[in-house]
Amino acid sequence: MNLYQDHILDHYHNPRHFGFLKESTHQSEALNPTCGDKLAITLLIEDGTIKDLGFEGEGCAISLASASLLYDTLIGTKMTDACQKEPSDVLSLTGLAISPGRMKCALLSLETLKKALCAKIES
Amino acid sequence: MHKELFPFFTHYPELVYFDSAATALKPQTVVDAEVEYLTLASTNLSRGLYPLAEQTSAHADIIRKLTASFINALPEEIIFTSGTTAGLNMLALMLEESLTADDAIVVTDFEHHANYLPWKELAKRKKAEFKVLKSTDTGIISESELIQTLTDNTAIVAISALSNVTGVMQDAPRLIEAIREIVPHAVIVVDAAQYIAHKAIDVRKWDADFVTFSGHKLYGPTGVGILYGKHNFLRILKPRIYGGGMVLDACSKETTYKESPDRYEAGTQNISGIFALGAAIDFIKRIGYESLQRHDQKLQKYAEERLTDTFGNLITIIGGKDYTRRAGILSFVFTGIHPHDIATLLGEKGICVRAGEHCAKPWHRNHGYSATTRLSFGLYNSKEDIDILITALIEIVDLLKK
Ligand SMILES: Cc1ncc(COP(=O)(O)O)c(C=O)c1O
Repeated sequence: MNLYQDHILDHYHNPRHFGFLKESTHQSEALNPTCGDKLAITLLIEDGTIKDLGFEGEGCAISLASASLLYDTLIGTKMTDACQKEPSDVLSLTGLAISPGRMKCALLSLETLKKALCAKIES
Repeated sequence: MHKELFPFFTHYPELVYFDSAATALKPQTVVDAEVEYLTLASTNLSRGLYPLAEQTSAHADIIRKLTASFINALPEEIIFTSGTTAGLNMLALMLEESLTADDAIVVTDFEHHANYLPWKELAKRKKAEFKVLKSTDTGIISESELIQTLTDNTAIVAISALSNVTGVMQDAPRLIEAIREIVPHAVIVVDAAQYIAHKAIDVRKWDADFVTFSGHKLYGPTGVGILYGKHNFLRILKPRIYGGGMVLDACSKETTYKESPDRYEAGTQNISGIFALGAAIDFIKRIGYESLQRHDQKLQKYAEERLTDTFGNLITIIGGKDYTRRAGILSFVFTGIHPHDIATLLGEKGICVRAGEHCAKPWHRNHGYSATTRLSFGLYNSKEDIDILITALIEIVDLLKK
């Protein structure tokens, strides 16, 4: 299957919520060392709910598009629900059959999110 | 050129294969030699007294001699290994005993991890110094860098003769001579995994102490390689892999081992691989290094011209724009487009290239790249392959450029 479908290219060229928030309560940064992909996210959480978020990143189309797709679903979501997100949720958002070689790219967005939100909850 | 000799293309006639630096495709003669062992020879080395086993041993001896003369070594200086990685790891173990905490091991920043990690780990075990020579942007080691880094305590210098990232060929004999002049007592190890596929090696002229390579980058089989060592080292270094076939007296208090190469080849070797390696060396000899290089230079020149003419400032050729200094490999990056996207999209179009760090993280970190895209050429590639690549790249750049 073709990985670079229109909705992927759209989110790659026009990532939603790109740029950090001026005021945020949670932040994180994650790296995919084998590709050099980098993502960073800022979130504003009030009363346990994600009020706003913004991210920046460098990397391949798959990592940036999957970040844009995933993060676009999160505003208004409860922090605890966001922490329950699974790799399969991200993959179904992309709608792609991602090969093992590119899986880390697709899931970097989830790793970055969890790093920002879930460290305290999960520990 | 010579595409018809490679059965791969009978099965994948449309595929453009630009990944020979990872592993070269195999000509039919190599496949036949491997199958010949599996079907007709099929016996172990040096263990049977019946005719078939004797013939297998005799054929392996012939290939050892062939390999020795291929690089101008003596047969007892040729150790069969499972590949470059195995050879370098075994060598690091063989040299361990003589290394002290006062010594330094020096490698370059363009080493493949196979010629980096065994030395880094050895240095760590012995609390020795581990130093990395920084290469220039044109892919070489400058005289001043050598002088600065090769201090008197340098015990081992391990260098690749042809980087699998930049494709820039070192002037190996001169580099070895320069190292010898600065640190005459250092053991010099050359990783020739890429070099051997493009240029003849004469170990006597080179005067390196150890040279290692793999069969599979030389149009040969996977799982077999060569560690060459100067006879005066192999006479005294202790074996580090123990088992069958390498021992004279296993019961005496101090075990006595056979002479080289047997003492370094414990256990059953990759015999089918050795048979096929012989066919690969015959293949290279028949084509000839001059012809190999001429073909490669033609592709290097054409690819460099087409890439730079088509993409101008958008593309950076790693190691600089000078195809005459490269062999087999041409790596590049596009501004603003990730190498993995390029490789995946090319793959979808039936063009096989590599993208990433190519097991050479230190080079990428030192030179400020997170990843690169690598083309590597073989005898079966043609200018038409490069035309197909350029057409595909134009589409990809259109799709992904911001
Ligand atoms: C320069 C260099 N050294 C070492 C190796 C390791 O070879 P092998 O994987 O056959 O052991 C490679 C293979 O990619 C290489 O390009």
